[in-house]
Amino acid sequence: MIHLQDIRKVFNAGKPNEFVAIKGVNLTIDSHGATALKGPSGSGKTTLLSMLGCMARPTSGRITLKDREITSLPERFLTEIRRETFGFMFQQFNLIKGITALENVMIPAYPKGEKHVSLKKRAMDLLGLLNLADKALSKVEWLSGGEAQRVAIARALINNPPIIIADEPTAHLDTRLSMELIQIMRRFKKDGKTLLIASHDPIVYQSDVIDRIVDMRDGKVVSSGDVP
Amino acid sequence: MFERKSDIFFIYLTVGVSLICLIFLDAAVSQRLDREAVRERREIVRVLTLTDLCLFTEARYTRHPTMADLNTPFQDHPVSLEHFPSGAIMAVPPHLKTQMQR
Amino acid sequence: MGYINKQRNILDFTLSSLGRRKGKNLALVAVYTFVIFLLASVLFFTHSIKKEASLILQDAPEMTVQRLVAGRQDLIPKRYIDSIRKIRGVQSVAPRLWGYYYDALSGTNFTLMANKDLKDRVGEIIIGSGVSWRSGTGKGKKAIRKNDIIPFKTYDGSALPLKVKGILSFSSELVTTDLILVSETDFRKIFAIPHDHATDLVLQVRNSKELATIAAKITQRHPDTRPILREEILRTYDAVFDWRGGMIIVVLSGAVFAFIILAWDKATGLSGEEKREIGILKAIGWETSDILLMKFWEGAAVSLSAFFMGTFLAYLHIFLSSSILFEPVLKGWSVIYPHFRLTPYIDAYQIATLFFLTVIPYTVATIVPSWRSATVDPDSVMRM
Ligand SMILES: Nc1ncnc2c1ncn2[C@@H]1O[C@H](COP(=O)(O)OP(=O)(O)OP(=O)(O)O)[C@@H](O)[C@H]1O
Ligand SMILES: [Mg+2]
Repeated sequence: MIHLQDIRKVFNAGKPNEFVAIKGVNLTIDSHGATALKGPSGSGKTTLLSMLGCMARPTSGRITLKDREITSLPERFLTEIRRETFGFMFQQFNLIKGITALENVMIPAYPKGEKHVSLKKRAMDLLGLLNLADKALSKVEWLSGGEAQRVAIARALINNPPIIIADEPTAHLDTRLSMELIQIMRRFKKDGKTLLIASHDPIVYQSDVIDRIVDMRDGKVVSSGDVP
Repeated sequence: MFERKSDIFFIYLTVGVSLICLIFLDAAVSQRLDREAVRERREIVRVLTLTDLCLFTEARYTRHPTMADLNTPFQDHPVSLEHFPSGAIMAVPPHLKTQMQR
Repeated sequence: MGYINKQRNILDFTLSSLGRRKGKNLALVAVYTFVIFLLASVLFFTHSIKKEASLILQDAPEMTVQRLVAGRQDLIPKRYIDSIRKIRGVQSVAPRLWGYYYDALSGTNFTLMANKDLKDRVGEIIIGSGVSWRSGTGKGKKAIRKNDIIPFKTYDGSALPLKVKGILSFSSELVTTDLILVSETDFRKIFAIPHDHATDLVLQVRNSKELATIAAKITQRHPDTRPILREEILRTYDAVFDWRGGMIIVVLSGAVFAFIILAWDKATGLSGEEKREIGILKAIGWETSDILLMKFWEGAAVSLSAFFMGTFLAYLHIFLSSSILFEPVLKGWSVIYPHFRLTPYIDAYQIATLFFLTVIPYTVATIVPSWRSATVDPDSVMRM
């Protein structure tokens, strides 16, 4: 489904602090599965995810998404692809403070011009699914870490994307909450979504949800293989 | 019905626009009501051969700006600064700036 | 439908987002409202005064002829009347007798004017309403009524008691409030003006097209005179309250500077928090144009609120409270100040100008700085 061909990412090119974060990655990610990116800190997981999710462009190389070359698309189309195809969960949940959980979940769908009533209903359903119905009208800064995480998940799902990208989803969670998250992931997979998770947390990459582990080191993929 | 913030905002905008309309309406009504008084003032001006509005009674040239003579700006002293507040509010009448040659 | 839904959705978010910094945004609206209130008040006041003047001074004398001596207006000899009357096209010439009288008792300056109707009623006066409540004896507590006596002091210090025979109507205050009409005899008695002199002359002409020619002929015959045309009178009030003049420009520039500070505060950038939010919105699928749309609504919400409130309050201020805030400025040193209620003449064009000069720049100043942030790469959010 997603195909990476000889991807390189250089930060601050041409400057004294030039840094090559991704050094030629070839990777194919199939639909309907869960892939974990693992590797030590600074190995380039986040960088790779952001290119996979059409947030950043590679310095060189090609990315194709469902047989469509996306590396050279103008910004406008990238935004649209991002909105339609990917749901993001960030390392720091990146919820918008000061407004309610419900509104946070609805925000990604606002520009699509959906009717307010139906959008609100979908958002409430999602929150209900994640056991957050009673927190819908709370401001997000009042939520606990686990609740905030689930709001972020609901937000990632609101546009019903086929692919979900999560960057260190368990970084701020304790073991019990991490296990809960795995359960949620399992449900997504059953619904036919593709999962892309960057994590160095064994709870995640050793769990049975993960179909495939991509091991990274210093901007390169050192091994990638299906979990037995 | 009006639970959305945008609904409340549009109501608020409508109220704002109505206030502006109200201003115009009130102005139109007042003008009509004052028509008689304006006629009366106009008549008094004609009968008494008046030349000015009685707005500022603090100095000759502010009470009767149209009658101010050409030397008014030098009234007290060629370099005196304006010391009447109303003299600072009003601009200099044009006939004091263009010369009397005609 | 989708388009409208989108606008409303984004507006919903904008309002939620504004609501977070309620105090700050309300303060912003309040300050901006005050700026617009001042601007609109000045516009309303000057426009109405100008309009009023142009209406009621339409029947002012067609031409006034004054005499200048050593740079000051001086008494004009009555023999000028005959020579001016002989100029072709002049219909009538009449002398006017008027001047200022300082009433030591009340510390007030009045305008004294000889009146034809009182010619044979020596000892009687008619006063403007401002005079009636100002010159009341005993600390001015009691207004003067009909048949009261006002003692005048003549040039040689002797007293001349004159009886109030009428009070000019309240509605004519704008032109008559400080006026005292006396008979010619009394006028000359008070000021010792010789019988063959007048203050100035007023002319009527047969054809108003000839006014300029006649004025030229008068100055030719009497180089020490200065004719003032009605057209100049009308023009004076147009110019005197022009927005470019005097205090008005001070108020305006104050307001404009306040506005520039507001706009500058906006334009010199967004807080880190705001930038972060723009990044998040982009990352979760908002386009640059959606973010600008949000900022547009933000600027519009603030500036429209301020515009509506400011304009409305200014209207109340000028036309219902008789410019209560401007009164100290307008009064100045005046002891008599007309308590006129201005007739509200408002100019749609002026309001439109006010709108375009306040709402549009503010909205633009809100949008522009977010432009830069709105084009950041969304991947920065991954590392926040
Ligand atoms: N904008 C940037 N400019 C310069 N260097 C960058 C930039 N973004 C990332 N890097 C560098 O690229 C390398 C890879 O970063 P990345 O965030 O992808 O690592 P990671 O594998 O996600 O690490 P972690 O597990 O700690 O999140 C790091 O050394 C980082 O310093
Ligand atoms: Mg990372």
